[in-house]
Amino acid sequence: MGEGQIDEALRTELQRQGVWVTSMQELYNWGRKNSIWPLQFGLACCAIEMIATAASRYDIARFGGEIFRPSPRQADLMIVAGTVTKKMAPQIVRLYNQMADPKYVISMGACAISGGPFKQGYNVLKGIDRYIPVDVYIPGCPPRPEALLHAFMELQRKIDEQKLTGADKAAHLDPEEPSEFPVPAFGKHDLEPPANPDVFQPPELKRV
Amino acid sequence: MESLEQIKARAEAAIPGAKIDIVPNLGPANQPSLLIDNEHAPAIAKFLRDDPTLRLDFCSNVTGVDWLDRVTKKTVKVKKVVEGEEKEVNEPIEERIPGYLEAVYHLFSMAHKHGPITIRMRTRDRGEGARLPSLTPVWRSAEFQEREIFDLYGIRFDGHPDLRRILMWDEFEDHPMRKDYVQPDDFEWEPTPHDDVLARAKQHYAPRPAEQELRPS
Repeated sequence: MGEGQIDEALRTELQRQGVWVTSMQELYNWGRKNSIWPLQFGLACCAIEMIATAASRYDIARFGGEIFRPSPRQADLMIVAGTVTKKMAPQIVRLYNQMADPKYVISMGACAISGGPFKQGYNVLKGIDRYIPVDVYIPGCPPRPEALLHAFMELQRKIDEQKLTGADKAAHLDPEEPSEFPVPAFGKHDLEPPANPDVFQPPELKRV
Repeated sequence: MESLEQIKARAEAAIPGAKIDIVPNLGPANQPSLLIDNEHAPAIAKFLRDDPTLRLDFCSNVTGVDWLDRVTKKTVKVKKVVEGEEKEVNEPIEERIPGYLEAVYHLFSMAHKHGPITIRMRTRDRGEGARLPSLTPVWRSAEFQEREIFDLYGIRFDGHPDLRRILMWDEFEDHPMRKDYVQPDDFEWEPTPHDDVLARAKQHYAPRPAEQELRPS
């Protein structure tokens, strides 16, 4: 049995006796995953679906994510909702850098994943994962609110599995892991660099 | 509304020295336009806006067009001596038209509820001479759209109050809507490349060595 885990049979037995046992890790992750504050910004039509998710019909508050913060200093989650143009990309990276650890990114919709229908164009970034690490990708154009809720639950599952100690502990607890990434500069023909090689490697062509 | 011929005649009479051509449109839209000369363009624009019967007070759209150098083939009847006899012979000739950039304005009248009237201006060439007079002083709504043309086509508008890039960043040097624009080589693997994307894929990846091509896989 791993560190921070309790035998389920023992826990049930103790609970029957009126003793509730938990671990620091479980308590910590339970608290964090049920209070994720997203950063309040939208980039394109995906933002409309994000707004719908936050409104009464879909109600992201059921998952503890209703407090959209207009400041990166108070946000835990960045929902990249929409087309990231090359002109906007440095600002997105800067906002990510300004968020306090632990921080998570949901890449919402085809554009934020890969550039989507604008992939072959001159002015759209071919995916925000070129500059910052992404936790959950949601395909769709735009994804429905249910898909965003699913991504949110997926992220909660991911947070729940994070370790506080040990070699495989969460990235934000490891002082060696970077929490800020270089902001790309506006170049003469493209962003410089076009991708951060530490974060992203383009898929290679395999010839058989 | 008056026909383009009538507008042309009245404008040329009102503005001394002004020259207007009618550009036919042979497509299904059949929407001919007025090609106005650059020197008198602001005066002609003012005339179109202020003339009491036209009152084209609303400029709904401004856009650019890039025309590369092109060669058109025509057949012309030429008198020739064939086998001792003078005959009329059809002879193909090639006409070289040097490239230019064009700005197109769509005008409507809010006062008279008519339109559109399309006017065009052409630059001298696609390089240093890509300059046109700005019509922003006449129609304020042209301001951002002329900036967009400057950004994407590289036409400089003389007399524009604030000519800066509007969509791309200030450090950007290219004009992406020009037909000879070359994108940075940022091609990435595509599962099913075709057409333009296939051409870019071939350009991006080094050609396959000959022996690898022949080896059965």
